[in-house]
Amino acid sequence: MAGDTLAQKIIARAAGLTHVAVGDDVTVRVDLLMAHDGSGPRRWRPRMEALGAPLWDPDKVVLVTDHYVPAEDQVAADILQETRDFARDYGVQKFFDMEGICHAILPEKGLLKPGMFVAGGDSHTTMGGAYACYAAGFGATDTTGIAITGETWTTVPETILVQLNGQLNFAVTAKDIMLRLCRELGMDNSFKVIEYTGSGVANMAMAERTVLSNMAAELGAETGLIGVDGVTIDALAATGVDTAGAEAWASDADAQYSKCFTLGASGLEPQIAAPHSPVNSDDIGHFIGTQVDQCYIGACVGAKLTDLHMAAAVLRGRQVAPGTRLVVAPSTAFTMQAALADGTLRILEDAGATFLPSGCGACAGFGGRALGDGDVCLSTTNRNFKGRMGHANSRVYLGSAYAAAAAAVTGEITDPRDFLDANRTAA
Amino acid sequence: MRVKGRAWVFGDAINTDLLAPGYAMTLPPKELAQHCLEAVNPDFAREVRPGDVVVAGDNFGLGSSREQAAISLHTLGVGAVLARSFARIFYRNAINIGLPALSFDAVDEIADGAALDLDLAEGWLKRGGDTFALKPLPPHIRDLIAAGGLMAQLHEKMAKQRQAEGSDA
Repeated sequence: MAGDTLAQKIIARAAGLTHVAVGDDVTVRVDLLMAHDGSGPRRWRPRMEALGAPLWDPDKVVLVTDHYVPAEDQVAADILQETRDFARDYGVQKFFDMEGICHAILPEKGLLKPGMFVAGGDSHTTMGGAYACYAAGFGATDTTGIAITGETWTTVPETILVQLNGQLNFAVTAKDIMLRLCRELGMDNSFKVIEYTGSGVANMAMAERTVLSNMAAELGAETGLIGVDGVTIDALAATGVDTAGAEAWASDADAQYSKCFTLGASGLEPQIAAPHSPVNSDDIGHFIGTQVDQCYIGACVGAKLTDLHMAAAVLRGRQVAPGTRLVVAPSTAFTMQAALADGTLRILEDAGATFLPSGCGACAGFGGRALGDGDVCLSTTNRNFKGRMGHANSRVYLGSAYAAAAAAVTGEITDPRDFLDANRTAA
Repeated sequence: MRVKGRAWVFGDAINTDLLAPGYAMTLPPKELAQHCLEAVNPDFAREVRPGDVVVAGDNFGLGSSREQAAISLHTLGVGAVLARSFARIFYRNAINIGLPALSFDAVDEIADGAALDLDLAEGWLKRGGDTFALKPLPPHIRDLIAAGGLMAQLHEKMAKQRQAEGSDA
């Protein structure tokens, strides 16, 4: 018998079985249930009360406010209040109110542990896959069911192996890899898992790895897994997670994959995805000179401390072009503090950036931070569907934080390498 | 379960921002549903009638986990969604709220406005004189739809549990 993939190992453990085969329908015990103000308590409470059901295990539930923060009107304020009331009434201790975006909060607070089955009320829950968690997004009825029973069903998925060979070139990032993969693999890999491997992953820092896992959601995958190695262990240890036995959470050498896709990292150019889909990606050279009104550095995927560092490398001593807006929303309060402490925020501020609170608002078109009719935006976020960031006639391009910062300087899509010194800048 | 209505044909990759736009997400379900698919067909929400069937290509419902994407279709009275393939979270959401989401290969043969007649239990779709076979659903999905969705199924389960606990005592 062939060995097991990491996905099979985690599902088998969560299902209380020694082995599961691809295609098996199984019931799993969920190790961690995460939801935010948009997807959680406001949807759970009425149905839990109608059933007279308690929360199955408050210690295994994480709640975060990130979609409607800070409240811009009474409706948003009420949604946030419902979230706070639920956390109090149901005894949820792991409640993070206006501290940042849920997918960044989970690892920051040391809540992810390799081998966990994590159910999240948000599609980018996949981000936890970088920590070898089977982290998948679920809708509100599914998460309500889990909140009550601690269980859900899943069909054991096949795994597509993405092999990244070689080293990324200067100023090429994990974001560029993912935009390229959206074009190569498409967004219709539903009911499948993506697993990343190869020297390009082995040499990649944790923050960049989380981009691969986050945007597995754009590939349509259940989750985007990376097996545990030294980089994972170090990242976990830094947040106080007990790493004993963590190495076991990796695929067996003889595991069966449904497909293997190889991407040569060293040949990859910076990528831009054109409106209105991440699959519309191509080398940045094809987009040079496209005028932009706004550059947005934000979201779980695109406003980590490393992204702010990339932007600062471009913006140091430069100014945002007249008539162009640079809007920055660091992914968490912790990121904001770190960027303040190391001088990054000052560089962005001096360049003319406008700061938004940590949260999902501008990325998802929530709240009063949306794009207007005809606005063109270059965004570090993960999807650019028509109307997502605001008006149906707005146009969103996707790229790395390097690309967003470079476009802010010139007011048009620009190769960020024009502004960077390969000898001074570490991605 | 029988569904009768007109076909509303859409293309590939109908995403959750089209089905439930972010800017309208704080509205009550009935009002949010009025914005469903407005960016691709401004008449849809106003003119769709109970029992009508949404017919689409690949990867229907990709994007966000927002259940309002499925709820909006359900609220408008859409009787079923037929697509060549579905995004996973949308598919689960639809089944969980009792909106049949059926994977169907011959979507290209269904014209916009065609009169459709589906029988989920018997597994067929009729359009005029033509009959198409529907793929059989896995047992746990069939059970979920038969129960009327996940909440109804949980309600049944918990009632049985309470009964069993009561008779033990």
